[in-house]
Amino acid sequence: MTLAPPLAPAPWIEQLWQSVTDGDEYAATGLVLRALDEGWEPESILLDLIAPVQGRVGEEWAANRFTVAQEHAATAINDRAIAALSHRTRTRPAGQPRRLAVACVDGEWHALPARLVAEVFRLRGWHVDYLGAQVPTHHLISHIHRTGPEAVALSSSIATHLPTAHAAITAVQATGTPVMVGGAAFGDRGQYAALLGADLWAPDARTAAARLHEGPLPRPASPHQPVDDLPHLSDQEYTLVTRTRPALVRTVMAGLAERFPPMRDYSRAQHDRTAEDIAHIVHFLATALYLDRADLFTGFLAWTARILDARGVPAHSLVPALDLLRAELKDFPRTTRMIDQATDHLTGAGPVHRTDTRNPA
Amino acid sequence: MTSIPQVPTARTAEPLEASAWNTAPYPALMVDDLGTVRLYNDAAKALIPRLRRGRPLSEAGIDWLDQGHRRRAAGPVDDAPLSGTIGDRDFEAHPSDHTDGTAVWWLVDDTDHRLARQALRTERQRSAFLGEASNALLSSLNLERCMDVTAELAAQHLADAALVITPRTGKRYPVVTCLRDGQPHSAIRLEDPEEVPGLAEALQGFPPVPSRWIDPASAPAWLEPEGFGPIGSIVVTPLPGHGVPAGALVLLRRDASAAFSSEEEVFARIFAARAGAAMSAARLYAEQSSLAHTLMQDLMPPVLRRLAGVEFAGGYRPSKNNERVGGDFYDVHPAADEAEASLAVLGDVCGKGLEAAVLTGKIRNTLHALLPLADDHQRMINLLNGALLSSHHTRFASLVLVSTLRKAGSVHLAVTSAGHPAPLVVRNDGTVEPVPSRGTVVGVLPNAAATTSRTALAPGEFCLLYTDGITEARGGPLGDEMFGEARLTEALSHCAGMPAEAVVEHVQMLASQWTGDRAHDDMAVMAIAAPRSHHLSAVDGHTRGRFTA
Repeated sequence: MTLAPPLAPAPWIEQLWQSVTDGDEYAATGLVLRALDEGWEPESILLDLIAPVQGRVGEEWAANRFTVAQEHAATAINDRAIAALSHRTRTRPAGQPRRLAVACVDGEWHALPARLVAEVFRLRGWHVDYLGAQVPTHHLISHIHRTGPEAVALSSSIATHLPTAHAAITAVQATGTPVMVGGAAFGDRGQYAALLGADLWAPDARTAAARLHEGPLPRPASPHQPVDDLPHLSDQEYTLVTRTRPALVRTVMAGLAERFPPMRDYSRAQHDRTAEDIAHIVHFLATALYLDRADLFTGFLAWTARILDARGVPAHSLVPALDLLRAELKDFPRTTRMIDQATDHLTGAGPVHRTDTRNPA
Repeated sequence: MTSIPQVPTARTAEPLEASAWNTAPYPALMVDDLGTVRLYNDAAKALIPRLRRGRPLSEAGIDWLDQGHRRRAAGPVDDAPLSGTIGDRDFEAHPSDHTDGTAVWWLVDDTDHRLARQALRTERQRSAFLGEASNALLSSLNLERCMDVTAELAAQHLADAALVITPRTGKRYPVVTCLRDGQPHSAIRLEDPEEVPGLAEALQGFPPVPSRWIDPASAPAWLEPEGFGPIGSIVVTPLPGHGVPAGALVLLRRDASAAFSSEEEVFARIFAARAGAAMSAARLYAEQSSLAHTLMQDLMPPVLRRLAGVEFAGGYRPSKNNERVGGDFYDVHPAADEAEASLAVLGDVCGKGLEAAVLTGKIRNTLHALLPLADDHQRMINLLNGALLSSHHTRFASLVLVSTLRKAGSVHLAVTSAGHPAPLVVRNDGTVEPVPSRGTVVGVLPNAAATTSRTALAPGEFCLLYTDGITEARGGPLGDEMFGEARLTEALSHCAGMPAEAVVEHVQMLASQWTGDRAHDDMAVMAIAAPRSHHLSAVDGHTRGRFTA
């Protein structure tokens, strides 16, 4: 049971936000410890104070108002606040505690949501192994064999990690251990979690803890291969697009330079940034192919268009890049369908999907 | 209607037809629409002695046939055969109709067929169970989980309850108990296995004792699962392992009459063989991984924290995803007292993987032993160089030593690089300055001359040490570019004022995104930062604001 915070959380959130954006860890940890002294439930501090602030960090980044470095700095302050809270509330679990492993998918650097989950379960008396950001599946599996947790919680914020997440989910399930997943990558309603065969999707740590409090998750069914969940993968389009990603980026860059002569005078930083943007587009395209979800690709381009708009770049500048990509991939029916749908959306010819799966909160 | 022989309606029939009917190998009887037996052949008479012509079929004592006949006479005509027992055999009765509502029932003995079908079904169930068991057992290399799975499967398919007991760890026996349809429960028991006839032998790997030898009355109370009730019969089966006994499986049934048949015992042994193999593989894996874990412990990079008012953070990513250690290393050694400088070291041994990691361990130990000389970097490097030259390793190393001392808010650094990329200092205005220090790698030449340079970090500023795994990382959006110092410098210029661990995380993330899935070298990063805040005095002692991250 969690009590509601004794005071309205809004002013507290505002203060923590201030400390976090100032990079003032002392103010941040001081505030969190004061909340504890004033009777907030530790779990409520994590989920009703720190989590919303971290969510706002993610929103600021997604809206291009924070650089990645600023995001890292703010997250580090929040992380220290959690550490301070954890230090003050540490108790030895009684008896034989239930055991949970919490990890971020390989490649995933946004560790704070996973850390919040780990802390919440710890507060509820679980023995939690928090493996941190970017955990190679190999390490995760040997950890499971060594420690035999009741379940594994996997976190991912960026949708492009979903193919890796799928491999990790399948591998963990093959050890007979159920997997619960969370994080923005899995979709706002967990729609991608079901596609990837996760045993449970939870929108937040509280829901996850409440579900496991009811009893253990059922042991996963007999081992299966990733392609069993996603039969469309047998058309190899995902594999081919992924394997040729650098070549695709090079071709699109060359084609763009031909169409826009000023690009040849780009500084290296500008050149890098453009190449990165195109690499992202190809990466999201590959992910959409993996899941066979065109809305994921369209959603990403809609988000990119908004960011470009904020930078003062017209959104239709993405269309030539998509055209070049389509010409390269013209033999792949699923791929061309997705590119066409996204192009229609950008040019205003198609329906609007807004699925922002890049929000790291 | 299928063709039926022209059935004689009375004893006055032609002798040939009558003889064919009477000597037919299958019992047959004719019953009219009122249920009266009209006729039967010799085989039917032999099978059902109470058959009488002109009497109701109900008097013959074969109720299932009588009832089936009535149902058929009353309702729509149905050609499906009936089945039931006569004496100790199973029969199918196939009807054929005569026009006036009379039916002839042909009885076919299908006892053997049924037994064969039953045996087939049992075998199928057993192989399905063994398949499921193998899947479940093979999937885990965790001993506790294997014990759970074994107990659960055995309780579900072989008995009303099952116990899995593994050989002792000290004086204690881990025991997992599972009731049918229940969850496995594990406990540690101190009881003497000699109390259960056959258990001690099974734990030592002797041949199993058949169930009839174990008197349930002699079973000790601890064997009886909570809520199970009186035990009817017990089988103890050893779980064979690789060279060592993996433990024993104890199967309990409630009902004394449901003792285990010899077939069931054999089957339990087949299951036990698989469970035992899985459990001993899990045991071996646990031993190996704990061995590796212990040996690796000293080679793993340490977790860095704040020391004497200076923030330290480190991050490490080995070149191979399946390894945890490699040829890069770092350490921070605190000074004996806060008035003296702490020593931070970051280095790179030529080579990758475990072999390189072993040498990093030696270098770290050597440097640790040389700590009393920490204020003389050149001397430390000379001694380390000598130690490496005289060892049998042909590898060499580059490293950077940084002495840190906090004085009045700023952090003073003495930096010496032995063939290592120059550390980068990031000022509060975003300027990135390489710290000029030159020296040769250690472990190659008789002399390893190096120069030391000094600088100071104002509050909020930091110094980044890194290995060339970062700058020489290949990848990027085009796939084959080197990350390079220029990109690192550019990225750091946006990190001014960031906490040490955020800097480390940021640099690690950039490098790892740059390489993507491609192969890369070991990568190590360390940030040394002068804390921004004036609250520092609150962090050294036991005041309320104190914490360790």
